[in-house]
Amino acid sequence: MDVLWEASESLTVRQVSEQLTERDLAHTTVMTVLDRLSKKGFARRQRDGRAWRYRAAESREAYVTELMLSALDQTGDRQAALARFVRSVSGSEARALQHALEALARPPDHHEDRSKS
Amino acid sequence: MTAVLVLALMTATCVQAAAVLAAARWPRRAPAAAIVLWQALGLGWGLAAIGTLIALGTAGQGAGGPGSGGPGSGVAGGALSELARLANGRLGFSPIALARLACLVAGVVLLTLLVWVLLSASAAVLRARQRQRALLSLLAHGDPKVPGALVVDYPTAAAYCLPGLRSAIVISAGTLDLLDSAELAAVLAHERAHLRERHDLVLLPFVALLNGFAWSPVVRKAHQAVALLIEMHADDMARRHRPARELATALLRVGAAGGGRAPSGALAAADPALDCDVAARVTRLLRPAPSLPVPALALVAVAATLAIVVPAAVLTMPF
Repeated sequence: MDVLWEASESLTVRQVSEQLTERDLAHTTVMTVLDRLSKKGFARRQRDGRAWRYRAAESREAYVTELMLSALDQTGDRQAALARFVRSVSGSEARALQHALEALARPPDHHEDRSKS
Repeated sequence: MTAVLVLALMTATCVQAAAVLAAARWPRRAPAAAIVLWQALGLGWGLAAIGTLIALGTAGQGAGGPGSGGPGSGVAGGALSELARLANGRLGFSPIALARLACLVAGVVLLTLLVWVLLSASAAVLRARQRQRALLSLLAHGDPKVPGALVVDYPTAAAYCLPGLRSAIVISAGTLDLLDSAELAAVLAHERAHLRERHDLVLLPFVALLNGFAWSPVVRKAHQAVALLIEMHADDMARRHRPARELATALLRVGAAGGGRAPSGALAAADPALDCDVAARVTRLLRPAPSLPVPALALVAVAATLAIVVPAAVLTMPF
């Protein structure tokens, strides 16, 4: 999939295989993987003579955004689908938490190396 | 009629108890016990509410009074014999018979609705998880800083777990930058507790209720309370392995950083208790209150048992 994301145009199975030289995969293996990716909707393919040409359906960034937004935006059924460490807070609430954090870091009996963020 | 009265009383008691429990402070000192009580109240309410309607529908049938007809006894048996009479066309069409029929139908509709919201919520959850897993298999990679977790290159701080048979803990690259290694370990311990104890299954019925009865303040409060108690319980589990302070600072850092982005629609705006949620968890971690004494825990256990056993007994036993 990374090969498809980096390519500027659609690739044949052979071209993908060539770019995966360090993995030394069989041609049929690559073909199977690409076929599965297109069945799952992650890759689109079109006929080019006797071969299929594959390209990524969406950019990598688009998928990352979808993944993280569905995790961050916890409304409806999503909140049961996965469990977040901290639920979303508003801007003012975030500032209150920031103050609490600074107050927590201040006491001299605790180490003072927490100046990050 | 006794069965109707007991069941109606139980329905009202469960709703009242839920309102009291939502406002109580002691659950923070014993989240696990409080979660069990919430589950018992939810199940007890469902049994009692459906039972009330069905008992009304079957009350006073035949000449011998309630419970006289049918092979089985109690309300459940009464409902079966009533349905059998209906099938045989022996039900008169007097106004009382019609009212009883309406109650019976309402009971069946309520039961169907409850089963339906649970099934549809489960299906939606499974779909969302499947999509998450497919995307993670393409995008995520491991990182030595968080052994056993998946890392996604995304600047905003986010940490969550994907429950299920093939579970996963997902950490964003932004979180790796934000937290030190001790805090990351605390986050992992918290998420592992969620996965180990299948907290998603605990929350699922309450999410389903929320989907079906979002207009009800009690249902909204119940869902919110259980969600918070689950987090507190996972905090307690994490605290067994990691210092509480690291978990607390991790909570504050992720919470404070997460606010940098626009609030996620209705949730943050319509839910002013969110700030209290994180703050309450941090307070608990830094200044833990003594856990609930054993007699109080026993009282909770008795209440939870009664909430289920009383309606179940009325439904199945002869009167």
